[in-house]
Amino acid sequence: MTGTLAPVAVLVPWAGLAPWAGLGHMLGHDFIRNGLVAGTAIAAAAGMVGYFLVLRSQVFTADALSHVAFTGALVALTLGLDARVGLFVATIGVALLLGTMGPRGRADDVTVGATFAWLLGIGVLALSIFTSGHSSGQGTAGVNVLFGSIYGLGTPAVRTAVLVAAGVVVVTGLIARPLLFASIDEAVAAARGVPVRAVGLVFLALVGATAAEATQAVGALLILGLLAGPAGIAMRLTARPWRGLALASAIAVGAMWGGLALSYAVPRLPPSFSVIALVATAYVATVAVGRFQPRAGAVTPT
Amino acid sequence: MVLHLLASSQPQLTWDIGRDVRQLLEFPFMVNAFRVGTIVAVTAGCVGWFMVLRRQTFAGHTLAIVGFPGAAGAVLVGVSADVGFFAFAVAAALVIGASSRGARGGFSEESSVIATVQAFALACGFLFTSLYRGNLTGVNALLFGSFLGITNREVLTVAVLSAAALAALAAMARPLLFASVDPDVADASGVPVRLLGPVFLVVLAVAAGSTGQITGALLVFALLVLPPATAQRLTTHPGMGVALSVGIAVAVTWAALALAYYSSYPIGFYLTSIAFAVYLLAGAAGRIRRPRPMAATS
Repeated sequence: MTGTLAPVAVLVPWAGLAPWAGLGHMLGHDFIRNGLVAGTAIAAAAGMVGYFLVLRSQVFTADALSHVAFTGALVALTLGLDARVGLFVATIGVALLLGTMGPRGRADDVTVGATFAWLLGIGVLALSIFTSGHSSGQGTAGVNVLFGSIYGLGTPAVRTAVLVAAGVVVVTGLIARPLLFASIDEAVAAARGVPVRAVGLVFLALVGATAAEATQAVGALLILGLLAGPAGIAMRLTARPWRGLALASAIAVGAMWGGLALSYAVPRLPPSFSVIALVATAYVATVAVGRFQPRAGAVTPT
Repeated sequence: MVLHLLASSQPQLTWDIGRDVRQLLEFPFMVNAFRVGTIVAVTAGCVGWFMVLRRQTFAGHTLAIVGFPGAAGAVLVGVSADVGFFAFAVAAALVIGASSRGARGGFSEESSVIATVQAFALACGFLFTSLYRGNLTGVNALLFGSFLGITNREVLTVAVLSAAALAALAAMARPLLFASVDPDVADASGVPVRLLGPVFLVVLAVAAGSTGQITGALLVFALLVLPPATAQRLTTHPGMGVALSVGIAVAVTWAALALAYYSSYPIGFYLTSIAFAVYLLAGAAGRIRRPRPMAATS
């Protein structure tokens, strides 16, 4: 891990004089180590799930789920429960609901939009009740849910994050083959006996779990960048699905490490911003480089 | 007497509708809220109808959010919020428009570009507000809006921007409709399909962003998607559909404003809940008279 982080530290102006010392300094803090461990696990899971999201053209569903995460967390806080309970119940529940609403395990974009616009309204109601009920000190709860607080994670939260992320990665790996088949050619996969609908539903539940877990790290509103950005880059770089899957995961983890290092070097940059900014920069760079190269073996599976 | 005093100090709904309406419009801020709400609803109803027809809900949601970093950035730099919002909205619309042009057939990377644009815009908004070190309730106002304290100047700005968006939409309505329903035939008949896409996205961004400054970035989307989706469940006729969509949007906005005034809960909750209820009712109504199949397209 240190070997990969070092070049990032070299790029950081603040650490320019003594990159190794800067890195050691950074890793000396408990909250940074916690953030790094949780962030790595979440980013790896998000990269994998995101690759399939882009392949299946279901990114908008992930967008909806990230907003549902906000509603779930705030409703749970309003009811006096742990925010994480609300997160997971809401995202996985709505993911399965959306999956059953459309044909073949996926809902129409308009149905998704209509549903989550309403759920967002419920979230606004919960936010207003929660912030008015607790006169002071709770005003930042909404902001934390929306934009994440990766350095605020305690050791138990980190353990949960790692376990959930590992679970998502393992299950995604287990269903990867049928899921890939079902994503690229649904009709043929169904004819070959792949349970297309069930695989689609399991996948949506995985998206829900990832969205809920990632909410703690980068916040409900920014998950989308971590899910779809690395996947989009990976699709541009390789047409091979397994390589793309690994690449998306690696890019997400790289952006997470780079982002955390950047926000440590420049404290005025919030970590969520740095992570997403790196993803966006990498995307732009990939597109720019791609312009100068002939697109051999374009990704389109037609 | 005591009852009357209580009633006048805190607004209460009565059976006397005339009195309710007078009470509702008693204060200038509520009058302005109704003005802005109506303008926003009409614009969202029209632009949203095309958005839903073109199945661009994801792009619409992203563009609705772009008003947030625009406004936050403008506050940070110290320029008018309109300037910041315009820069972000047009830039985002052009990036999304360019991405949809690249892929042809099969899987397109449009959705991953839209998602990255959205996340980056939000991240910028978050950075700007945290650099500004203003109070964090400012974030909530930008995201969820507040109908209180809208000035006459703001009403005028929203009116001008909405009028511009509607005029642009009216000018390209026919070719856009053609290009949305059947892009290939439209292309073959000489409609500039590739130009219309990005131009429509800019109109969408202007409409969504200007209204988002008032109603909140996250809730413009509700007005953009729910009334048009309801209208398209009820009729396939374009003219009727747009009219119905505008009518539903205005009615929902008025009802939500009135309810928010008489209670202590935020307008966003009422707006989305009423609009979603109407959407569900339209779906149920459509299912009852299903015998007549959806013509034309499928």
